[in-house]
Amino acid sequence: MTLTVQVDHLTRRYRGQLALDDVSCELQADTVTGLLGRNGAGKSTLMRILNGQEFPTSGTVLVHGENPLENDAVLSRMVFVKESQVYPDIKVKRVLEAASWFYPNWDADLAAQLMDDFELPTNRAVKKLSRGMHSAVGIVLGLSARAAITLFDEPYLGLDAVARQIFYDRLLADYAEHPRTILLSTHLIDEVADLLENVLVIDRGRIVVDAAADDLRGRAVTVSGAKSAVDAFTAARKVWHRTGIGSLASATVGGPLDDLARTRARDLGLEVAPVSLQELVIRSAQLGPEHRPERISA
Amino acid sequence: MLDEGTPLFLQIAERLSSDIVDGTLLEGSRVPSTNEFAAFYRINPATAAKGINMLVDDGILEKRRGIGMFVVSGAREQLIRQRRERFAEQYIDPLLAEAFRLAIDVDALVDMIRRPENPEHHQNNYPQGKEAS
Repeated sequence: MTLTVQVDHLTRRYRGQLALDDVSCELQADTVTGLLGRNGAGKSTLMRILNGQEFPTSGTVLVHGENPLENDAVLSRMVFVKESQVYPDIKVKRVLEAASWFYPNWDADLAAQLMDDFELPTNRAVKKLSRGMHSAVGIVLGLSARAAITLFDEPYLGLDAVARQIFYDRLLADYAEHPRTILLSTHLIDEVADLLENVLVIDRGRIVVDAAADDLRGRAVTVSGAKSAVDAFTAARKVWHRTGIGSLASATVGGPLDDLARTRARDLGLEVAPVSLQELVIRSAQLGPEHRPERISA
Repeated sequence: MLDEGTPLFLQIAERLSSDIVDGTLLEGSRVPSTNEFAAFYRINPATAAKGINMLVDDGILEKRRGIGMFVVSGAREQLIRQRRERFAEQYIDPLLAEAFRLAIDVDALVDMIRRPENPEHHQNNYPQGKEAS
């Protein structure tokens, strides 16, 4: 596979604060990667650096093999849609027009279609749009630019569930027709889990999970049942999380369970349930760095 | 829609094979494209492709250049054979484990299966194609 983005020992410090702490990761060409993590984890900082809008304190970033900083060849092949995008005080249709000049692969038909899908008024000033509509404009830009690298940073503030579903469907459809490298940061992990091929989880500036989405399914399981049975089952395992009520207990342990472990769980009368991607991300963020299972990678 | 835990591509392969086994997808017919699967299940096209390619590797589907993906003739029988091999482990073992827990002995279990209101059991009432039985 071709590497589109290579991040190597990237650190970004703001005054005393460490926003990115020795981050190394890669994006393969034409894949959809989810960038997940809590507020302030460093997602936006990473994206801004990829887009050449910010300087690394140390480390390197290569996009298509080149440094993105003030590099037109790289930046014209990249679109960055962020939650807090500020547009000039012009009408929506002028925003689209300007975008069509900037992005060489701009697809005006797709833009028109998306405007329709999101029921966006082309003649209204961007300033007068509602929060959700404002986000939708960003999504129209991000998809219609059809850039080799598409960065979506929490693109859907204020978008309702219907509009978000439209976004996912259009993203999948257009990506299938025109594969490109997509990096999507979001809090709505369960909603996007199935769209992702790769998952990066960032916590306090460090990458804690870097894996194929398929490998993460079953990466952790929750066993529940009688407290004594749960104790017996988890005795020799690293427990990520544990809860209990009376004589019942439930514990999240690293997976996948092999046949032997499954049989044992069954013999002990335990229920085994897989852990969703969302829960996995929450657990990796909750565990302090000292208890965290070693960085999960594919 | 799809369950957690099992890798998505396996689930796609499993669904396709179920469709072939129960005759929804006939041998020689075209299966939906990767992109159609991706759009329908709302999953990444690469994941859908992985599931389909798994069945190609197993000789269940074949790629005809420029036309699409097709069910190989003999695929149904092959799948039925594979599934029968896994049947005891997948269905009988858990059934016996639960029966044991509830102190239901094997005879009682057999009686339950033979219950007249159990329509699945009626002889010769296999879903089309009893030649496979």
